[in-house]
This record gives sequence, C-alpha cells and structure tokens, in this order.
Amino acid sequence: MKRLISIVLVLTFVFGGVASAAEPQASLPQLEDEVMCPICGTLLGLSRAPAAERERVFIRGLIKQGKNEDEIKDALVAEYGPQVLALPDDEGINFFAYLVPVLAFILAALAVLYSVIRWRRNKRSEAPADRPPPTPKSDNELLDRDMEKYDL
Amino acid sequence: MVLGVAALLGFLTWGLVTSGDSGIGPGDPVPTATLPTLPPGSEASLEDFRGEWVLLNVWASWCVPCRDESPALEQFEKNNRGSISVLGVDTRDLSGDAMKFLEEYDINYAQIRDASGDYADDLKTTGVPESFLIDPDGNLVAHYSGPFRTEAEIEKFAAPALAAESKEEPAG
Repeated sequence: MKRLISIVLVLTFVFGGVASAAEPQASLPQLEDEVMCPICGTLLGLSRAPAAERERVFIRGLIKQGKNEDEIKDALVAEYGPQVLALPDDEGINFFAYLVPVLAFILAALAVLYSVIRWRRNKRSEAPADRPPPTPKSDNELLDRDMEKYDL
Repeated sequence: MVLGVAALLGFLTWGLVTSGDSGIGPGDPVPTATLPTLPPGSEASLEDFRGEWVLLNVWASWCVPCRDESPALEQFEKNNRGSISVLGVDTRDLSGDAMKFLEEYDINYAQIRDASGDYADDLKTTGVPESFLIDPDGNLVAHYSGPFRTEAEIEKFAAPALAAESKEEPAG
C-alpha cells in the first residue's frame, strides 16, 4: 500500500511539474513585452496611452480569472486582431523578418555539414605512418621492441 | 559588402515610398469594409448605406474627446433621421468597453467594430474622433478631424446633406 502511495505521489510530482512548466502563470510585465498597444505602434510596456491602460485592465482581468499566457493572447487577438501580437506582418518588406532567420539557419546548417565532411576527409587522409606505435602491454613486449629497435 | 549596403538602402527606400499614403480627398470614393456590428451578432458595411447621405464617425471608448462629442452626435442623429444616416466605427477598442460606452451615452445609431484598426487605416485617419461626410454615391464630401463640440457644429459640417434633403422635399 505504501509503495502504491509513493508511486502516486511521484507521478503527481512529475506530471504536475510538466503541466505547470507547459502552462506558466501569466504575468502582466511579461505580456507587456509580447503584445502591442493597439494605437501606439509600440509594445504595450512602452505605452501609457489610454487605450494601452484599457488593454492592461483587460489583461489583468484575464490573469485574475486564471487564464494562461496563450489564452490571454487568444483573447487579445479576438479583441484587437492579430496585429496585437508583437509579430511583423508577412507581407512586403516585413516578410524578410521571417525569411532571413530561415535562410540564416539553412546556411548555418550547410556550413556545419561542410565543416564536418571536410574534417572527416582530412582525418581519413592522414598517413598511418605518422601514428605512434601501439603502447606495449607488458615489460616483455617493451623489451622485445627495444631489442628489435637497437638490433642487440 | 557594397552590394549588401546598396540592397539595404534599396529596401529602406522602398519601405518609405510605399508607406507614404495621402488622405482621401473630396470626390474620392470612401473605402468600405464589412465588419462586425456593435452589439455583436451581425455584419455591416458603409456599402449598405449606398443611396443615403452618411456621416461616418470613427471613435473609441478610451478616447476622451469622443466622449465629449457623443451627446451632440446622438442628438444630431435623432433630429436629422431620414435626412442623413450616422454610422459609428469603433476602432482599436475592447468590445466590452465599447458596449458600455454606447449604453452610457444611449447611442442608438448603427455601429461597426474595427477591432484591428485596419479600416481606420484605410480611411487614413490620424486619430480619433474623425468624421467623414459621404454622399449617396459613396464619395467623400467633407472630412473633420477632432471632436464636434455642439450639434450646430455637426449641422454645419453636414450642411450639404441637409441642403440636398430639403431640396428633395416637396414644396408646401
């Protein structure tokens, strides 16, 4: 019985920990850096405009209701549209904000791949003669080797 | 290196050129958009008012000058119903706040909700409140930035609509 209780407690800790890690407690200061003020064109945290203050009141209300960060962002999108999320548009010149990181990642991956291939090729082409002789396993072997070396 | 700098400058110039929008001038067609109504439950557009004179008023509940002009606007609409329609466009606002605003000022004319502010951008507004007088063909007649302080100010702004309506009324 004790063992069963212990297992249940451990599982509760493990899965409880995972759940709380997946849905962190939302906070206004954190959200202020991730969403926009609807009229200012800046992050919410940088604005003291009346519309921004109303947005803060709205977020505080949702935090009080126990909503997590994703739920609050969904509610903000429902109220103000997707522009409220601090993400650039995917049209015109702003599209490069999405394209450049992807291209950079692909280029970096190709560079790493090229380096690995080159390193392995160099390693293979190293001459075996350059390698030191294997370490002798015993005194007798050492003696034999020295005898061969000095032709005694 | 030089190519990179040139490309960057090119992108910046392109961004500046494409962002330089000018406002809508008298005689220009006023943009339309189908948006949710306030109270929610339906959709409406300026297009629905074709054939009528329209005073389109862009507002938000967080805007203090919008509060100041609301009683005059509501009174104007009541006194001139039939001659001109008033269409409110609530922009970049919380729906709950907007509904409270409408109840507080007992506003009954048609309202659409521009949650993202995209429609206000299409109208080239620079703030709230802003009002547009639109003829029955959907073209701009006059534009007013800022709050109306009195009903008389609104009547002066909407004079072309009121004059057109009085001409149409049969004599006697």
